[in-house]
Amino acid sequence: MTDKPINNRAWFFVLPVLGFVLFSSIIPAMTVVNYSIQDTMGANNFFWNGDAWFRDLLNPSTEIGARFNDALFRTLAFSFTCLAIEVPLGIAMALCLPRKGWAIGIALVVMALPLLIPFNVVGTIWQIFTRQDIGLFGAALTGLGLHYNVTQDAISAWITIVVIDVWHWTPLVILLSYAGLRAIPDAFYQAARIDGASRWAIFFNIELPKLQKVLVIAVLLRFMQTFMIYTEPVVVTGGGPGSATTFLSIDLVKIALGQVDLGNAAAMSLVYYLITLTVCWVFYTIMTQIERRRDA
Amino acid sequence: MTFVLDHIGLSTGDMPVITDVSLTLEKGTMNILLGPTLSGKTTLMRLMAGLDEPTVGRIVSDGVDLTGVSVRRRSVAMVYQQFVNYPSLSVYENIASPLRVAGVPRAEVDARVREAARFLRLEELLQRLPGELSGGQQQRTAIARALVKRAELVLLDEPLANLDYKLREELREELPKVFAQSGAILVYATTEPMEALLLGGVTITLHEGRVTQVGPTALVYRRPDNIETARTFSDPPLNELAIEKRGGLVTLDNGRQLPAAGALSRLPDGVYRIGFRSDAVAIGETQSSGLVFPGKVAVTEISGSESFVHVDVGLGIWVCLVTGVHDWQPGATVDVRIDATRVFAFDTGGKLVAVPHIAMTA
Amino acid sequence: MKQITLDGIAHSYSGKASSDSAYALKPLHYVWEHGKAYALLGPSGCGKTTLLNIISGLVIPSEGRLLFDQTDVTHLATEQRNIAQVFQFPVIYDTMTVAENLAFPLKNRRLSKPVINKRVAEIAEMLDLTRDLNRRARGLTADAKQKISLGRGLVRADVSAVLFDEPLTVIDPVLKWELRSKLKAVHRALDLLMIYVTHDQIEALTFADRVIVMNEGRAVQIGTPAELFECPEHTFVGYFIGSPGMNLLPATVTGRHAVVDGNEIQLAAAYPDLPPNRRVQIGVRPDYASLTRSVGLPVQIRRIADLGRKRLAHVTLGRYPMVATIPQDMSDIGEQAKVTFDASHTHVYLDDVRVRGVAA
Repeated sequence: MTDKPINNRAWFFVLPVLGFVLFSSIIPAMTVVNYSIQDTMGANNFFWNGDAWFRDLLNPSTEIGARFNDALFRTLAFSFTCLAIEVPLGIAMALCLPRKGWAIGIALVVMALPLLIPFNVVGTIWQIFTRQDIGLFGAALTGLGLHYNVTQDAISAWITIVVIDVWHWTPLVILLSYAGLRAIPDAFYQAARIDGASRWAIFFNIELPKLQKVLVIAVLLRFMQTFMIYTEPVVVTGGGPGSATTFLSIDLVKIALGQVDLGNAAAMSLVYYLITLTVCWVFYTIMTQIERRRDA
Repeated sequence: MTFVLDHIGLSTGDMPVITDVSLTLEKGTMNILLGPTLSGKTTLMRLMAGLDEPTVGRIVSDGVDLTGVSVRRRSVAMVYQQFVNYPSLSVYENIASPLRVAGVPRAEVDARVREAARFLRLEELLQRLPGELSGGQQQRTAIARALVKRAELVLLDEPLANLDYKLREELREELPKVFAQSGAILVYATTEPMEALLLGGVTITLHEGRVTQVGPTALVYRRPDNIETARTFSDPPLNELAIEKRGGLVTLDNGRQLPAAGALSRLPDGVYRIGFRSDAVAIGETQSSGLVFPGKVAVTEISGSESFVHVDVGLGIWVCLVTGVHDWQPGATVDVRIDATRVFAFDTGGKLVAVPHIAMTA
Repeated sequence: MKQITLDGIAHSYSGKASSDSAYALKPLHYVWEHGKAYALLGPSGCGKTTLLNIISGLVIPSEGRLLFDQTDVTHLATEQRNIAQVFQFPVIYDTMTVAENLAFPLKNRRLSKPVINKRVAEIAEMLDLTRDLNRRARGLTADAKQKISLGRGLVRADVSAVLFDEPLTVIDPVLKWELRSKLKAVHRALDLLMIYVTHDQIEALTFADRVIVMNEGRAVQIGTPAELFECPEHTFVGYFIGSPGMNLLPATVTGRHAVVDGNEIQLAAAYPDLPPNRRVQIGVRPDYASLTRSVGLPVQIRRIADLGRKRLAHVTLGRYPMVATIPQDMSDIGEQAKVTFDASHTHVYLDDVRVRGVAA
């Protein structure tokens, strides 16, 4: 677009960042690629291994393949569960917010507070919160007679991690949905009232279609983040009990740093990265298709 | 200063948006881009401003090739339909903004801002914010900002479309006077033929990304070169009739035959499309001779001193302008007589072949 | 419904109005009759949209009562009022086809499918939408979408009033003619009460049986288009209606003569002595002031505007600017000419209000 300023001096401002990214991300990433196609016995002896690591990884009958498969399945299940709760909940709460008035500012700020908390602090808060002896949540549930133990019961662990994510990130969906709802002109609501539409019909026929673009962004962001989740499960459950909450990222760290099995870890990293990239691309295509259909 | 567009074209992907436009705009003239929505007026203005680059062709100003030059380095000002002003700056600061960007010394900025404010009757409002102003005042602020820049090319994209009818009339009167002194080339885009006629100057009619005619406004109105221009430049819409002429007779689509009269008699034999404006007809209960068509009144619209009668003549619905207040009821049978000396004949390619004799009066 | 009555309706957006200027809509009494078409005409901010919204129920007036026949509906919800509203920009349900859009209000009222389909077909036929019934509403042009908006209002058999809020704003000039005559045809066919808000006098005059001219929250004059054109009761009406508006010239009036800057004009009636030190003007529309070569008052020609089907001369009579019509056959006009006034259309205004003379 020729109406943006064309000033080549701007490229110089990018150089430091470029250098930083090069050293902190791209060059180390090259190392990972290196490890994924070679085998090492330590002390810099490298043997060419071709795609052996990848083949093992993607073959569910090998040990590493089975492990990868399980972790992948767990992570996907986690993502979909969180999405299924957060997106409708976020929209519903955005619908409850008033459209005008002084209460808006306060409501939005209070709701956005969980978004500001660093991930490991979130983990620590909930770790204490869910303890059966001193945690409010844990003690309350146990006091009600429910069997609740994050470190020993897989179901409790799962539910807790999902609740943490919902608590932490639903406000993002609320904010995005609210912005999308505010963009709908009043005349649509007035016309719908005159047409005698019920609240549900208004939601279905006016609000939801107009929220399409916003929802694609919200779903994309939430999927990405849940798919890559690391800190909260590690802090709260350590990946346990057993491997009940060992998601892909956690498993990857265990293999790479715990077992120092660099070949497998490197291959897993790359496959993980490619899956994430593919999902991103799919969403982007969906979004541009919506744009194009709208303009047609 | 002469502004030349030389065979300009713009395509997005493989879809042509602007096709082969060549124009020469002279200094100090008012040039009107007339056409329906999506005919390419805004796109053409953006090309003139330098906001978009043409796919083919050159833009030359006073001999200097400006084709690739970014808008920031051209001497151009633009006024939009949607009263574009900086919402957090006062009217004074809004008008001063292009001067501040150009680094003009403060005393001169003050003098020029006050001068522009005087031209547009904004002196009382200089300290207000755009949000506190009415639509007309906001648009005048935008125009003042364009004026103060002393640009050589001023582009106005339907600037009055969002204003009240009466406000539009008043501002339309003021606009040419406001820019007259600066000697700038004015380009004004509009969809309304009446606006073009009221503004005068040179009219450029556009249809689907092509220029269909260029010329002094009154001339383009009275002598449209092709049927597209005639259609664009008629309000109420152009009434049309398909005919075939053989010898001294004219045959219509429904088989009826009429003697070829007036401008039609001079046509060579062939198939034509006749166009005539709403004021080229007379309506009565019975008419005797000439191009007479019986019809039924569909609806009558009375506007003050004139009446628009929509008559269904079986070959289409024609809009007829009659002076005075007449209230024909829907369903009434009337005869429509076309004044054969005031019709346009277009051939099958849409080109004008016969034009009424017009006395061009001063 | 036989009529809508405005009983002292007034509205101030800040609740109780403390002074005259706080009213967005000043107290108004009027009775709207079934089957007629009305236009609310005025500049932005004159209160016409506020009035429309009070009738449709989107705004509750701070004073006064609104009656549908004898029922007080001032506080009744919009959906229960049997009215339909068409807005400035087309409001359609994007995800539905044209047919589904038109059927929507009937579906919400739980009518049976055959009844709905029949009604949708009728209305589509009336509005020339039959071809597009199965197309996605989203892909149509602006004027088709406005027809759908209108159709959704008409499809309900219990609708007795249709309100229009500047509906032709986004429509191209050529299509405006079609849509306007379509609105008139619909009005006649369905015999509904229609109220049309606009700032465009052509739309108002061509559409309405009665026009209410509003300015600054007040109804300035109510009358037929012909009455408003021929005999404006207030200089605002003279100015707002007609393009260009009425010429208003400061004058002194005695008996049957008016003097404008030394030029004497004959009037069609005898006027009583007007109190001094008040503003006296004579008003005459450009349509009734003709340029001539030799008969009438001398004027200087400043500019000639060629409007295609007529030409206007912007002249000065003495010190005052005015506009006159140039007869079709007049050519070769120099800088000087004369102007004649049609006495029967020359009015006298005292402080902006028309003075009635005595026709001798």
